[in-house]
Amino acid sequence: MLILDNLKYAYEQTRFDFSMQVEPGSFVAIIGPSGAGKSTLLDLIAGFIAPLSGSISFNNTLFSKLSPAERPVSMIFQENNLFTHLDVETNIALGISPTLKLSQADHTSITGALARVDLQGYGKRLPGELSGGERQRVALARALVRRKPLLLLDEPFASLGPALRSQMLALVKELHEEKNLTSLLVSHQPEDARSTASHTAFLANGRIDIYEATEKFFAIRDNKALNDYQGSS
Amino acid sequence: MNTQRAELIPRLAGFSALSFIAVITFGAFIALATKATKGFAFSQIITDTYLGQIITFTLWQATLSTVLSIGLAIPTARAFARQTSFPGRTTLLKLFALPLALPALVGVLAILGLWGKSGWINQLTGDLLDFSIFGLPGILIAHVFFNLPLATRLFLTSLERIPQENWRLASQLQMPPRSIFKFIEWPVLKAVLPGIFTLVFMLCLTSFTIVLTLGGGPASTTLEVAIYQSLRFDFDPGRAVTLALIQLAITVILLTVSFRFTKTLPDINSLKPTDPRPQTGTPVARIIDAVFIISAGCFVALPLLALVIDGLTSDLAKLLFLAAVWKAILTSFILALSAAILCLILCWAMLKAITDQNSSYAGLVSFASSAILVMPAIVLGSGWFILLLNFGDVFSFAPALVIIINALMALPFAHRILAPALAQAQHKHHRLTASLGISGWARWRLIDFPVLKKPLLLAFAFAMALSLGDLGVIALFGSEQITTLPLLLFKSLGSYRTHDAQGLALLLAIACLFILYAAEKVSSKKSTKC
Repeated sequence: MLILDNLKYAYEQTRFDFSMQVEPGSFVAIIGPSGAGKSTLLDLIAGFIAPLSGSISFNNTLFSKLSPAERPVSMIFQENNLFTHLDVETNIALGISPTLKLSQADHTSITGALARVDLQGYGKRLPGELSGGERQRVALARALVRRKPLLLLDEPFASLGPALRSQMLALVKELHEEKNLTSLLVSHQPEDARSTASHTAFLANGRIDIYEATEKFFAIRDNKALNDYQGSS
Repeated sequence: MNTQRAELIPRLAGFSALSFIAVITFGAFIALATKATKGFAFSQIITDTYLGQIITFTLWQATLSTVLSIGLAIPTARAFARQTSFPGRTTLLKLFALPLALPALVGVLAILGLWGKSGWINQLTGDLLDFSIFGLPGILIAHVFFNLPLATRLFLTSLERIPQENWRLASQLQMPPRSIFKFIEWPVLKAVLPGIFTLVFMLCLTSFTIVLTLGGGPASTTLEVAIYQSLRFDFDPGRAVTLALIQLAITVILLTVSFRFTKTLPDINSLKPTDPRPQTGTPVARIIDAVFIISAGCFVALPLLALVIDGLTSDLAKLLFLAAVWKAILTSFILALSAAILCLILCWAMLKAITDQNSSYAGLVSFASSAILVMPAIVLGSGWFILLLNFGDVFSFAPALVIIINALMALPFAHRILAPALAQAQHKHHRLTASLGISGWARWRLIDFPVLKKPLLLAFAFAMALSLGDLGVIALFGSEQITTLPLLLFKSLGSYRTHDAQGLALLLAIACLFILYAAEKVSSKKSTKC
């Protein structure tokens, strides 16, 4: 169980206060208007920013005091997921060892991860030679070799076309099930939530306004903020 | 961020670097201040007419040099901007970058080769002109030689940033050149004028080498040169203290004024115009433009040509067999290398400790990097000179002080090159490196060095070339044991071995340009694009 307990944070004029409980194995889509705090929520879980108060735990282990690298978390960003001066293989290897001390088994798992995201033979290429979708698949491969139980995705496919985006989402969903992950996906597209997520969270004004199973979530009609966001009355 | 442990080391390193700079700067200041209060009357400043004369001359030569440089740079820049297809335009503009890269002493030798007693002009005109360069004329010529190209490039960069639409509009409205100047060019020039003016004024105010070598006599001496003379010749530390404190007061006042203006200065790294301007103008305007381009070009190019020819015709072979020359080259190289390393370590340590670009700490770092602007090298040097008089032989501390002060002199440049590059890399990578736990040596080896190789190398080369050509600090602390190439050059000039000086100047110029060129080549050899 991933538990956020009154996680408070402030940025400029906005105050954030997040609480939620996510069952292990859930795939949570996080939607909401811009400025509601979607990326802030992920940054807090990943440890890039420190909360003013509150705590985060996963399976009864508190991790809100740990450094980002020590947390049970892998994160994929919208861009800059790869070091552009290092080849694909090295970029993935850094997920196993930040000093690049690799065993034979590690090399095997890198090759395996590349194959899993359909990028066999791309190991020696530089990120600049890849397409946007391929670069994000390398980032996914790195998340695979890190073997962390929580996967955070901060609009990773926002810059891809609709067809490619749904392909990538399907791949993420497969990996999520295969590796028994708990995943949180920030998205601007409610249909991503509908197609992929087991649960959906709606953020408004720095709070998690609604957290429901996706099916129930999209049946809600009486929440004004959600109606405003979706443009229905 | 939650990585308290991982950030402790960079914070400590940054704090140490800041403290080091503070100790060096305040140490010198306290030495000067305590010496000044110890039985020294400030009333002397008012009654001492020679002192008044020095202050007046210091400000007067800087004002004249700045007005001349800028007055000529504006029409020259405008001419370059208008005549976009002038033959040799790009080459000339590249040549205009050269004086900045050369040590002041090399520039002085170049100017002597053209304007000096046995220079080309006097040789051509015979006794007709009987022109002596020493004194105010020499100082002005040298300052214009260094600052006209700089100011021209700065003005030109601003002119070339005028958007294409303005030119289309101007031709649609059939604006005559006068209206173009009034409505399009002058507003742009006016915006950068205060910044360029104060920059050039500060450079002329604190130019030590040029006044030392071309000043000639007590009538044309500036504060910095007077400090040097009172320490090294008259051995009058009390007088040096007064002069140093006055110089300090003037720079502090001017810096507070100029700080507001110099922020608006454009970057002159790119020579390419962003929006090519249609070539226009009447035949008369073209001729006037050509006159400005050609005369400014000659003013910069001819001394450099004289430097090369004089250097080549001097007895280079003999010089290269002299043990003293080799010793000076080796000393210069070791001191410059150490200064460049120290400069980069200080700059890197301070910058890496910045986690938030907007923090007040970032402001403190950029202020500390510019400490040398507040406290000019000669003032800093004289402070430590006086402080170390209490601890025995000043000259035994020479290498360390030369290295430290030269490193501080290069620090503003290193900061200007590294800070934006590092901030950009940090912005791009900080979340990724944090989440993967890449830190310490692995981070330097795998991420920081490969990504920042180019700015690091450039900053290093700049620091090294600057230290290699510096005469100020070494003139204060130099001795028989510690003699650098510039000091040896200065001594040969002082003992009228002009040919040797010309040869050494060429060697020094080649060394500095080679370092800058090599850094440029190596760092741009394989640039990974994303």
